[in-house]
Amino acid sequence: MSRWSKSEMLVVAGARALEGRRVCFVGIGLPNIAVALAQRTVAPDIELIYESGVYGARPARLPLSIGDPCLVTGATAAMSMVELFSHYLQGGLVDVGFLGAAQLDRYGNINTTVIGDYERPKVRLPGSGGACEIAINAREVFVLMRQSARSFVERIDFRTSPGNLGGAALRAAQGWQGLGPSVVVTDLGRYGFDPDTGEMVLLAVHPGAEVEDAKAATGWDLKVADDLQVTPDPTDTELRLIREELDPDGVYVKG
Amino acid sequence: MAEDKVATMRDAVAELVRDGDTLAIEGFTHLISFAAGHEVIRQRRRDLTLCRLTPDVVYDQMIGAGVARKLVFSWMGNPGVGSLHAIRRRVEHHDPAPLELEEYSHFGMVGRYAAGAANLPFWPLRSYFETDLPKVNPNIRPVTSPFGGEPVFAVPPLRPDVAVVHAQRADAAGNTQIWGLTGCQKEAAFAASRVIVVVEELVASEVVRADPNRTLIPGIKVDAVVVCPRGAHPSYAQGYYDRDNRFYLEWDRISRDPEALGGWLDEWVHGTATHQEYVDKLGAERWAELTPAPALSGSVDYGDYR
Repeated sequence: MSRWSKSEMLVVAGARALEGRRVCFVGIGLPNIAVALAQRTVAPDIELIYESGVYGARPARLPLSIGDPCLVTGATAAMSMVELFSHYLQGGLVDVGFLGAAQLDRYGNINTTVIGDYERPKVRLPGSGGACEIAINAREVFVLMRQSARSFVERIDFRTSPGNLGGAALRAAQGWQGLGPSVVVTDLGRYGFDPDTGEMVLLAVHPGAEVEDAKAATGWDLKVADDLQVTPDPTDTELRLIREELDPDGVYVKG
Repeated sequence: MAEDKVATMRDAVAELVRDGDTLAIEGFTHLISFAAGHEVIRQRRRDLTLCRLTPDVVYDQMIGAGVARKLVFSWMGNPGVGSLHAIRRRVEHHDPAPLELEEYSHFGMVGRYAAGAANLPFWPLRSYFETDLPKVNPNIRPVTSPFGGEPVFAVPPLRPDVAVVHAQRADAAGNTQIWGLTGCQKEAAFAASRVIVVVEELVASEVVRADPNRTLIPGIKVDAVVVCPRGAHPSYAQGYYDRDNRFYLEWDRISRDPEALGGWLDEWVHGTATHQEYVDKLGAERWAELTPAPALSGSVDYGDYR
């Protein structure tokens, strides 16, 4: 029995990956708490952008939604969404965009639209929101998600947000401002992307998880780094911040 | 003397929202006019095309009540909670009838309103490349720049028949001021043929003129001003009341079950004649919980140039 939950490990690993980043476009759910933790640990100067139209948010409580009033009070700027997407995102100010995924393929292409056929879906998911333009215009994309063979799939049912397309060369040939996905953090480990092929590589497994667990929860033949690491345990400080300050009711990090 | 556009919600909806209209009740999480949505349900409008970036609980209620045949949107969920089950039943099971969808991304939707507001034939944006969205929505089209041939995507203007905007305050002529998240309400209002503004407070024109930078929509674009305090519940009005996250969580349970949803509509919408009855029914204790402590802005000096 470990001293922390899988979701807590996911949040901690996501927060640590933000070290050195300055401007971060924050999504709903797990990214929300990961950036809040990063702001209190590895990245105190990070500026948070929310697609609802906020730059430089300093939320005094953990917001349930990305349009919460606590994001506005005390923020550097509040602006219209046209300005947010045009000037801030498309204008090139965003270092990291956080995205979630219902399905992800080996090249980091993302589906958040439908499971099954578009016209008559088995499950109708929320759709793009701002994800499609974030994937194209943010300098890097981080993906935080829970991993299983149903979410890490050989073929996604719908491409909502482009990752490395069919490979790194294809992505680079587009000439987009965004360089594509760079970090994927799940409840099992942390992944990067091979610069030559654009394919995901397992870089580190979280304490308690084995390479075989990650492979079993992946729908393709998973590449593993030669110098595979083990993620350092969450520190007492990280756990205390999550449990006492950021998510005392366990809304995000239950499981 | 400026025209007095103050109307009751009942009269404003009766006069300005018609069967078959394209209706946009905008507001991104903030300032969503649930009160107008409920009045549309009470008056049993039909065959509406509903537009919103995030359909949110307000459109789940309206679509569950059967007012719409089509939804134009960019993110369909209960923010921070999960799914909109009444809409999903229509899409996944055609229960009780199919719902036509026209789907964009957020930037595409705000660009559509901006093009509508600016009287442009399209809005160009760097999005949609190498995705499946243009395949399922033929209104998302690739174009090349006339200045060097660079590829971008274009989306068409969105010009709603009616836009509804909830705001903190307006004067009787409809000059409307908002603070906090402003979403795409300005663009939606300028793009629309008819505009209903719903406010927490009716103020004198002098209040508006003392702070013109805060004016989002000028009265010349506004057809009706409805005074409806707390009309955005369970959404919120910055500085007036908090988002009622408890309700958003409860809605997940209610909207999963068509009978529970019908019962909720009977009790809270058809069972209340006006939004004031709905507000009273929620109870003083709930409203006390939702009232924030003040956080005043500093004031600025515009200068007197006589």
